[in-house]
Amino acid sequence: MKRFRRHGQESQRERIKQELYGFNKTVEHGFPHQPSALGFSPSLQLLAIGTRSGAIKLYGGPGVEFMGLHDENAAVTQVHFLPHQVELVTLLDDNSLHMWTLRAHHGVSELLEIGRFTLTGPPGAPPSVTCVTAVLAHSSGDLLLLGTEGGHVFVVKVPGFRELEERNISLEKVTNSVPEEYGGRRILEHVESLQENPVNQRQVLIGYGRGLMVIWDLDSQSAIKHIPATQQLESVWWTEDGGHVLSSHSDGSYCRWKVAGDDPQSEQEKSEVPYGHFPCKAISKIIQLPTEQGPPFLFLSGGMPRASYGDRHCISVIHSKTHVALDFTSRIIDFFVIRDGPGHTGEPSALVVLVEEELVVIDLQTEGWPVIQTPYLVPLHCSAITCSHHVSAIPLKLWERVLSAGALQNTHYSKKPWPMTGGQNLAPDPPQRDLLLTGHEDGTVRFWDASGVCLYPMYKLSTAGVFLTDSDPNDNLNQGTEGEWPPFRKVGCFDPYSDDPRLGIQKIHLCKYSGYLTVAGTAGQILVLELNDEAAEQTVEATVADLLQGQEGFRWKGHTRLEVREEPVTFPPGFQPFALVQCQPPAVVTALTLHSEWKLVTFGTSHGFGLYDYQQKNNVLVRCTLNPSDQLAMEGPLSRVKSIKKSLRQSFRRIRRSRVSLRKHHVNNAAKLQQANARLEAELAEMELAPVQRKIEPRSPDDSFTGLVRTLYFADTFLSDSSHNTPSLWAGTNGGSVFAYQLRLPPVECRGEDPVTAHPAKEIQLMHRAPVVGILVLDGHGSPLPEPLEVAHDLARSPDMQGSHSLLVISEEQFKVFTLPKVSAKMKLKLTAIDGSRVRRVGVAWFGSNRTDDYGESGLTVLTNQGDLHVVSLPGVKLQVQYPCIRREDVSGIASCVFTKHGQGFYLISPSEFERFSLSARCVVEPRSLVEVPSQTPSATLPRALPDGASVERRNSTRDGVAVLQEIQKSLEVDQTTFLENGTSALARGKVLSNGD
Amino acid sequence: TRPAQHKSGLLYSPECNRVSYKFSPVKSLFWSGEKGFHLLFLLSCVSEEVDYSSYGTHSLTRKKKAVVALRNDVNRKRPHIRIGMPQDFRPVSSIIDVDILPESHRRVRLYRHGSDKPLGFYIRDGTSVRVTPHGLEKVPGIFISRMVPGGLAESTGLLAVNDEVLEVNGIEVTGKTLDQVTDMMIANSHNLIVTVKPVNQRNNVVRASRISGSSGQSSDSSGSTGYPSLSTTAMATGADELESDEESDIVIESTPPPAPVEHPSPPTRPLSPSLNGLSHHGTLRESNDSLHKILSTMRTDPRHSLALPRGGVEEDGTVITL
Repeated sequence: MKRFRRHGQESQRERIKQELYGFNKTVEHGFPHQPSALGFSPSLQLLAIGTRSGAIKLYGGPGVEFMGLHDENAAVTQVHFLPHQVELVTLLDDNSLHMWTLRAHHGVSELLEIGRFTLTGPPGAPPSVTCVTAVLAHSSGDLLLLGTEGGHVFVVKVPGFRELEERNISLEKVTNSVPEEYGGRRILEHVESLQENPVNQRQVLIGYGRGLMVIWDLDSQSAIKHIPATQQLESVWWTEDGGHVLSSHSDGSYCRWKVAGDDPQSEQEKSEVPYGHFPCKAISKIIQLPTEQGPPFLFLSGGMPRASYGDRHCISVIHSKTHVALDFTSRIIDFFVIRDGPGHTGEPSALVVLVEEELVVIDLQTEGWPVIQTPYLVPLHCSAITCSHHVSAIPLKLWERVLSAGALQNTHYSKKPWPMTGGQNLAPDPPQRDLLLTGHEDGTVRFWDASGVCLYPMYKLSTAGVFLTDSDPNDNLNQGTEGEWPPFRKVGCFDPYSDDPRLGIQKIHLCKYSGYLTVAGTAGQILVLELNDEAAEQTVEATVADLLQGQEGFRWKGHTRLEVREEPVTFPPGFQPFALVQCQPPAVVTALTLHSEWKLVTFGTSHGFGLYDYQQKNNVLVRCTLNPSDQLAMEGPLSRVKSIKKSLRQSFRRIRRSRVSLRKHHVNNAAKLQQANARLEAELAEMELAPVQRKIEPRSPDDSFTGLVRTLYFADTFLSDSSHNTPSLWAGTNGGSVFAYQLRLPPVECRGEDPVTAHPAKEIQLMHRAPVVGILVLDGHGSPLPEPLEVAHDLARSPDMQGSHSLLVISEEQFKVFTLPKVSAKMKLKLTAIDGSRVRRVGVAWFGSNRTDDYGESGLTVLTNQGDLHVVSLPGVKLQVQYPCIRREDVSGIASCVFTKHGQGFYLISPSEFERFSLSARCVVEPRSLVEVPSQTPSATLPRALPDGASVERRNSTRDGVAVLQEIQKSLEVDQTTFLENGTSALARGKVLSNGD
Repeated sequence: TRPAQHKSGLLYSPECNRVSYKFSPVKSLFWSGEKGFHLLFLLSCVSEEVDYSSYGTHSLTRKKKAVVALRNDVNRKRPHIRIGMPQDFRPVSSIIDVDILPESHRRVRLYRHGSDKPLGFYIRDGTSVRVTPHGLEKVPGIFISRMVPGGLAESTGLLAVNDEVLEVNGIEVTGKTLDQVTDMMIANSHNLIVTVKPVNQRNNVVRASRISGSSGQSSDSSGSTGYPSLSTTAMATGADELESDEESDIVIESTPPPAPVEHPSPPTRPLSPSLNGLSHHGTLRESNDSLHKILSTMRTDPRHSLALPRGGVEEDGTVITL
């Protein structure tokens, strides 16, 4: 009987688990790592990016995103949309072609691979015969022309990939139709370019690597004209009227050829080397577009003088008298131009450039050609991400203030709406306003709107202004001087250099109710900032916290403290620093917590921890946790291994400085630095793997870094007796120690004068000595204590102070619950002893049921060093579910993971991309969008000029991203009480919550 | 790891109706005479003068694990006899569960218990050969790669270089990485039970019940261990197993001065520790303001766990019968 009943309970629990938990990787935020190809469909208004790892990503209007992954682990080299279709073709570097389509399923489009194809040559032919170098998706929508390395053009019927052998254009057919006098029958080399005549779709231009171009008639199967260029061909553009062909060449020249008329040989009208005199690099792509009245727009990529500017990544835009060389931050992958008008044949409106590290969109219709801020594909890594912090359910007031502070920073952006408008975003509005804060190596903190599918930049805070750094004034090489040639203009924001690595942000804590923010960095600096809507001049006073507390025999071998500016500094509206603590020794801050109600900040390093009163601006407590025998902790943040990296970094910086002085651009070094770093990292990984044996010994108190403070926690709980709750501070170390201090706060009326005091109350040494990664106090109901000010803002139920509280100590190896105030063990969950995994990240989350709105549970979200996600129940500390999430080899991905309070999370899948995942069955943010087939079929004669039925997709086209966000907020004002920790309020929304734009 | 050659004692256990032959002081062979033959090597590292009162218990239900307790002669002159858990018994490293394991396997319990000795071994990745119906199959495995001279593993002789590790505290290591197995072993290091397939199969125990069937050279034909697992108490169970919590944490409570505070004491004021259950120890001095110092004094005391507040004497899965 008993067994049966128990079985029933278990199955009921299983059902509840299914209602609470569900694992999904939903969307990738940021910029794709190592993009390798760009495609654009004017009719769908979608852009496609292929990557070196074989991913294909489609983006339309904000929120419209699709992602696919090729099974082959090969780089995507070309992406072509079939004109006026929802299909696209990708070419991989293993020479395979893949057909993808957007298929509607339950009202939402999905990106699916529907076919693959590899050219097969005649038996015995060398592989070069079928190695595809050029692809033309013919405007008829059912033909694909494939030019190959062997010089042949194969014709394939799509979407089924059926070879039309009789229509192939072999090299022999072409050479026979070209007059013999042309170069004495030189080898034509590979097919470099295939272009369709804009006014006659039966004519195709074949450009060969050696320079010759042939206009081929698909109906008569013969060459009707040839263009006798002699320079190595890079790209070809057929002007819109069909009358001219532009060719660009490897020597930095471009030529214009007249192709109208009956003469079988075209005449060269013009040949120019735009950055001439000295040898130039190749012009890799050329586009010319007409304007209604006046001269056309000409776009050229590359062509820079080889010796002096060969390392720049430039696109030159020439229109009438205006000539600008847009100078990008990294290698140009590809670019295209968006045109106005229903048929996308009007004025050029925006230039879209994909470079290796970012996507840049230039507004061509506003004076000065400003940049349009991208609502997605943002380069998260413009300076390397060093930490992240997520805050759920931001109050509207704070949200608006952050937005307006951010708006003042973005005045240099174009006011034009985002020009990419494809698809319909069907996702419901996000249930709440969520902020993701990323700390960066250059000392900036960036605020992102993480409510929905688009990770939208809101505001950027720089902490560097507080300190004196050796930043080079020459670094401002932004604008070229008047009359400089080439006329460079720097665009893009990717800048991987940090002038002083000590500025790097390591920990962030934002109180969403009070607007107080604290950030801590690599050189032991802790800044407390408050949100101010006005610019203000302030002197930031520094307080030193001596964490060694007289421990002798130590000599800090790491970096020095940052020097603080003594004169007042003007801070722009936004978060402005008003207090600074500097740890001594200036080791990296490893733990940081803010209590805005008590006006206290606590911080920890590898030497100890401190408590700072930011109202009175003094230290309340400084505690050394250093083991006297731990010399390694004094070595400084850069161990021997890392110092190689440091010296590399420094040497690259030196190179860069010297280049800067030569008025050269430094970005090429970025690639070099990254390469060197990658190589070094691979070597380090190998070094670590080399001793393939592991020592089996219990942890010892004499291990290194036992004193490193891993976690800090404030709680109002029963520390000394069970009848009076008092404020308390808890600290956990790497050596498995927990320190608890009882805090005495003066009454509010004398908070400014009377001192805050801290008294040691308890010390716990976990016998297994594993690092303590989390401390949590559970109230009488077993619920985690609410955040500071949460109850005061009526956003959480007050904690139960009647029943006895308990203390949950989470170490890397186990979860252990103790009673309070007398600390004795109550329950525990061993993780490492069972499966050998260790806790890397832990968070507290509220899981709502997806079946009923009024049921939910608190739980711990846990990420292990094996890359598995677990949910652990509270207060019973039982494993609930487990999902594999990150490869265990991806150490940086695991280290970057951050959890939200509602069972979601983010981790870096590359330096520039966050993967968003959800453990909650109720709370899922994922793209839901629909792309419809253009309704009208193209005409036979003027495909480019045809309006297509993309009106549905353009529904959102006039909406500016910021305006849209504001709309969301307004619509959400009523929803403030949604998603409370205690979950008592009902969520009157759908079960899948996704965002809209 | 050879059995000692010289008999030096004989013990009889009336409750178990069991005879134990005792061999050399360093290595003892126990022989359970009731429910099948069961050989147990006891390897202890104490001095020769130790008076052995050793028992091998055995039960098929495996509720209680075989245990051998040694009386520490230092504490023999105790003035009174305590009823309850004897404090002068302690488990030592041993081979356990001989009756339920295949003859080619060995389950070893490494017990540090206050000893200063390191566990003293290293593990590595390797390849193991398994017999399958399709022939020999190479599978990845974890092996002992090195012994630290003078360490527990070496001095007890229970483990040897190139022994294959099959389980850690009852959890199979198949499919786990070297790092995972390392972490599991460290997490269980206070009471590490390793099941190995010794590289040297010559010294395998030969059970009477199986003598007719197979020789001592039994081969492991299945990839996984198909025999009963460790008893639950010996296993590293995840849930609240606090009644057998061997690893009591140390809690130092100090009473903050009564409020309101007139003169805020400097935050670094040394703790005046009132240690739970440790205060009677007398080894603590007032000057010990850091936990490190307290702990280092405690570490030198081999019986420190006896003085711990809770569960200190309740050893994991250990039952001591008098």
